[in-house]
Formats: sequence, structure tokens, C-alpha cells
Amino acid sequence: MSRLSKRFAELKTQGRGGFIPFLTSCDPDPNTFKKILAGLPEAGADIIEIGVPFTDPAADGPSIQAAGQRALKAGATLKGTLEIIRDFRRTNNDTPIVLMGYFNPIYSMGCETFAKAAAESGVDGLITVDLPPEEEEELRVPVQNAGIDIVRLIAPTTDDKRLPQVLKHASGFIYYVSIAGITGTTSPTIDSIQLAAERLRKHTDLPLAVGFGIRTPELASAVSRTADAAVVGSAVVERVAANLDDNGKALPGLVDDVLHLVKNLADGVRINT
Amino acid sequence: MSPDGLNSFRAGPDETGRFGLFGGRYVAETLMPLILEVEQAYHDARKDPEFLRLMDYYLAHYVGRPSPLYFAERLTEHLGGAKIYFKRDELNHTGSHKANNVLGQVLLAKRMGKTRIIAETGAGQHGVATATFCALFDIPCVIYMGATDVERQAPNVARMKLLGAEVRPVTSGSQTLKDAMNEGLRDWVAHVHDTYYVIGTAAGPHPYPEMVRDFQSVIGRETREQIMAAEGRLPDTLIACIGGGSNAIGIFHPFLDDKDVEMFGVEAAGRGVDTGEHAAAIGGGTPGVLHGNRTYLLQDDDGQIVEAHSISAGLDYPGIGPEHSWLAQQGRVKYVNATDDEALEAFQTCAKLEGIIPALEPAHALAFVLRWAGKQPKEKLVVMNMCGRGDKDVFAVAERLGMPI
Repeated sequence: MSRLSKRFAELKTQGRGGFIPFLTSCDPDPNTFKKILAGLPEAGADIIEIGVPFTDPAADGPSIQAAGQRALKAGATLKGTLEIIRDFRRTNNDTPIVLMGYFNPIYSMGCETFAKAAAESGVDGLITVDLPPEEEEELRVPVQNAGIDIVRLIAPTTDDKRLPQVLKHASGFIYYVSIAGITGTTSPTIDSIQLAAERLRKHTDLPLAVGFGIRTPELASAVSRTADAAVVGSAVVERVAANLDDNGKALPGLVDDVLHLVKNLADGVRINT
Repeated sequence: MSPDGLNSFRAGPDETGRFGLFGGRYVAETLMPLILEVEQAYHDARKDPEFLRLMDYYLAHYVGRPSPLYFAERLTEHLGGAKIYFKRDELNHTGSHKANNVLGQVLLAKRMGKTRIIAETGAGQHGVATATFCALFDIPCVIYMGATDVERQAPNVARMKLLGAEVRPVTSGSQTLKDAMNEGLRDWVAHVHDTYYVIGTAAGPHPYPEMVRDFQSVIGRETREQIMAAEGRLPDTLIACIGGGSNAIGIFHPFLDDKDVEMFGVEAAGRGVDTGEHAAAIGGGTPGVLHGNRTYLLQDDDGQIVEAHSISAGLDYPGIGPEHSWLAQQGRVKYVNATDDEALEAFQTCAKLEGIIPALEPAHALAFVLRWAGKQPKEKLVVMNMCGRGDKDVFAVAERLGMPI
């Protein structure tokens, strides 16, 4: 059983939804990021989503764009990100890690090489933002052969006619993009998520995570009860940004403050269970 | 030369939007249904006699087509080699070839019932053309333009505003064309229901490379007729500058299966391809995926996009249209380049010899003509696409040359 399946099964047993914080790899610098990453399971992250920085993140809002630029400036690479995950796995073998990024860094590394390296590092799932089902075969085949789940993005614009095609090779879980828009801008209503969850569950038995615009413990909690997990990205990344000095260097309290926010969000998900 | 085992170099793209390895539809799921809708709408429109009638009407009466094919006699004499013609798309309304494409896409947007238009622009030529047709057809429009370009192309910013467009300076990334395109995509994702994105070059996700090429191919079709009328035969050589490559594919495409017609696409070499500060995607890049398509890109070892550099804001882009990548790989078109300094020199030479102030973009094509045509036989017939006029560049060039104004 994969780490992702195991984790969703555990959540089901506990009778609650999961909490998935998103952080950009190497934001604001590789060492600080490693410390945050190491503290996430303890703070209550059920699954960790790591964004791989890209110079041209066309689906991301200002907060995650800025995080990516900070990380690239600090020397972030796809290869370096996989090494950090490998280190994390030395002390944690339970918390699933999902990579989210754009295709070009992977394509540049080579799809086969990437799949092998990612599996060896302990990556459990992959979301490639700009790789719709129409284009994904060259990456999906090696990635799934390496035992990594292909997590599919489904948007409000994905109609019922298109859904079966999008779901065809999906595994691990489904990531519902809660708004037609970019990350961290407008927030969805819980009613719209309820409707979407009902629609999607007619088409798939995979667990359902919801992200984009989920910023508060209250909304995360509500979303996690409607779906199977809530993803919070921009709000977490903004907390990183709030703990930088004028030169963009991490202030001493950064790691604790980010983990504190993560704990608040995670506690929100655990209340009412 | 056999185009990927096909009978024709003009058959692409296939139904998945590919030109060989290149092209495709690399967009977020949110946009994918819309991209498919645009494709269907375009394929319906181009078979609709009413759509084609409107295109012809506005091209003739508003854009001012056909544009002349002009024998550049003094330049020819000066270089002492090949006989040089200019295809004068700089005489179009709005000052460049961009009008050909924007007209088509704005008519398509109307046909699709879209009520808001967005576009990206580099030099501002595409933004001006988009603002113009949005004024004509009374559609609100937002133009994304890198903050760096807003500064160096101030006259075009003023034009867009006068035409009623909202110009939004983009301060993310390198603050040039590629970032304006990212911002256009972000806007579109957030306004999928009412908005149409007018992409300005023959790049982006399918169907844009095909659609923009089709709209720009009017340049090559006219050239064919005009050179037959003037010389009684096809040209030996076609030359055009390339940023994304829409003017080049427009003049090349109708000639791709005429195997005796050689073609040169001139990329911007900036300070020199060897310096790393250039915009020559084919000359100094490798295949990758950006802005919805697989194509040659300037990128580092980690697949991060490298900022392009060119004196010409319209060529300052780290990618190139996918059909050009394919034509390069097939060897059908030769891709060469010209530096900032060579383009500046050509800009001045053209002004003095022909009384035509070219845009800095075609000044790159001219720079190649200056260095190449003199070594060619006098019988050789060359057509260079003069795809834009230089009014927008006058102040920047004067400043660069230290000319008091």
C-alpha cells in the first residue's frame, strides 16, 4: 500500500479530513526550508505538498510567484529538491510527499531520469500543473512505473464530458481547484465545494483534496469535512514572507512562526471530529 | 528534403496541435476546456463565408491591404548584389503586420460571444493593434506589458491608452514580453467565461500557432501574386525577422512547398549569441515547454527560463513559435541572427537610402540583408518582410545614438 493510500485510510479510520500544507521548495533558502519541512509532521501536516520553483509559474498568484523567485535566487533546483526529500525520508517514512510544479524542469531533467530519482527520494505523488491529460503520456508512464501517483487537477471548468478523460489515469487522490483562477486570490464558498464534491464522487472513488483560496483554519476545517483533505498554500507561503528581513533573509523566528500557523490550520481540521 | 515523411511542409499541425515534436497544448486544466472551445470555434469560423467576407472587407478597407511589394532600388544598388524587394507590411493601419492577426482573432472572439479581450505585448505593436480593433468593435480590453517595455516603448503605451485600452504594467519576473504572457494567462484563468485572449505571435497552445499563421499568411499570398506580376517568377529568397515568428511564418508559409525558394529567419543576437545576452531561441536554445507549447527556448540546466535580451522589445522573448522549431529541425528554413549593433546600423542605412524608418524588429532582417545580399548574384530575387515601422523606436534609437532631440 502506498503512503498516500495508507494515509487516507488512516484519516478515514479517524473520521476526519486531512490537512495538506503547501510550501515552495528552498523558500526562503534551502536550510530554513529543511527545518520547516522537518517540523511539519509534528505540527499536524497529514500530507506535505512541495512546490518546485519555476521562473514562469503561469497558474500561480503573487504570493507563490514571489516564493518561487526567492527560492530560485537561493539556488533552488529540481535535483536539489529531490535531495532534500531524500534527507527528510531518513527520519520520516510515513508522511506522504506530493510534488507540484511545471513541466519544463522535469522535461529538462528527462522524464525517465526524473521518475527514477523522485521514486528513490521518496516522492509519493506528482502534480504537473501545465500537463493536461492530452500531453501527459511521456511523463505519466515512467512516473507510474516508478510507483508514484499521478494526482490530477480538476477545475470548475472541467465538465462532465471531460471528467472521465481527466480521471482515467489518476491515482493517489484528486485535487480539485476550487476556483477558476490562480492560487491564493479569491476564496471559494463551502457550498460550491459541496456541489463539486458531490459531482466528482459520482465519477471516482479516489480521495478528494481541495485547494486554491483556502486561507483560514475555519475554511480549511469546513473543506476537510466536505472533501477528504484541504490544501493551504499561499497563506503558509505568506507567513514565510512575513518573517524575512529587508534583504530577504530569514529572521530567527521564521521556522517557529510558520510551524505555528501550520499547527493552527491542522488543529482546525481536527476540531469537530 | 522530406518533411517528416509527409508530402508537404504545409500540412501541420496534426489534430493534437503538433508540428513534429513541437507545439501541443501545455496549459492548466482550468484553461483546457476553453482552449478546445477556441479550436472548435476557429475551425468553424474559417469555413464560414460570412467570417471570411468580414476578414476580406476589413483587411481591404481598414487595414489597407494588399500592402505594396516595393523594389528597394537604392539599397540594391548600394549593396551591389541581389535584387531586393520589401513587402511593406509596415504600411498597414497600426504600423505593423500585427493587424492581420488581431482582426481575425477579434472577429472570432465576437463570434464566440466573448465580451472582454486581453492581450500581451512586447514592443507594443500587438497591443496597439488589439486596442485598435477593440475600439472599432467596441469591446473592453486589457493589455499586459512588461514594466521594462512600458518604459522603452512609451509612444505605444500612449497610443493604447488613447484607443481606450487599459494598459497593465507587469512587474513580475524579467518584466518583459514573457512575463506579460504569464500575466495574460493568469488573467484568462480567472475570467474564462467572458474573456478571449488574443495571443500576438504564432506561439502558445494549439490552436494559436496555426490560427495566427493562417491570419498572417495573407502576407505570403500577396507576395506570391505581386512578385509574379513584377518579375514573372517566384523569389529566390525570403527574409524575415523572428521573435515569436508571426511575420516570418506569414510570409514563409505559402512558399514552403516551393523547394527552390530559400528562406532565412533572423533572430535577435542581442549583444552576441556567445555573450548569453540574446534572444536567439534556435541559435542558442534547446527544446522545452513554455506558454503552452514545446519549442526551442533559452533555459538553464535546471529547465529554468533564461531572460532574453534584445534592443528590440518585440524580439525580446526566450522562445519561438513551434512551427519554426520544426522547420529548423527539418532544415527547410535557415535560422540566422543579427546583433543589436547590426540592427541599429541597418535601421539608419534604410532610413537614409530608402526614406523608410523601419521598426527595430525588421531592422534585424535588414541587417542580415546588408551582410549577405552584396555577395549574391544580381539575378537573385529577394523579398524581405518590412513588418513594422519605426515611429515607436525613434526616441529610443536617438537616445542610443546620442542624438540631441
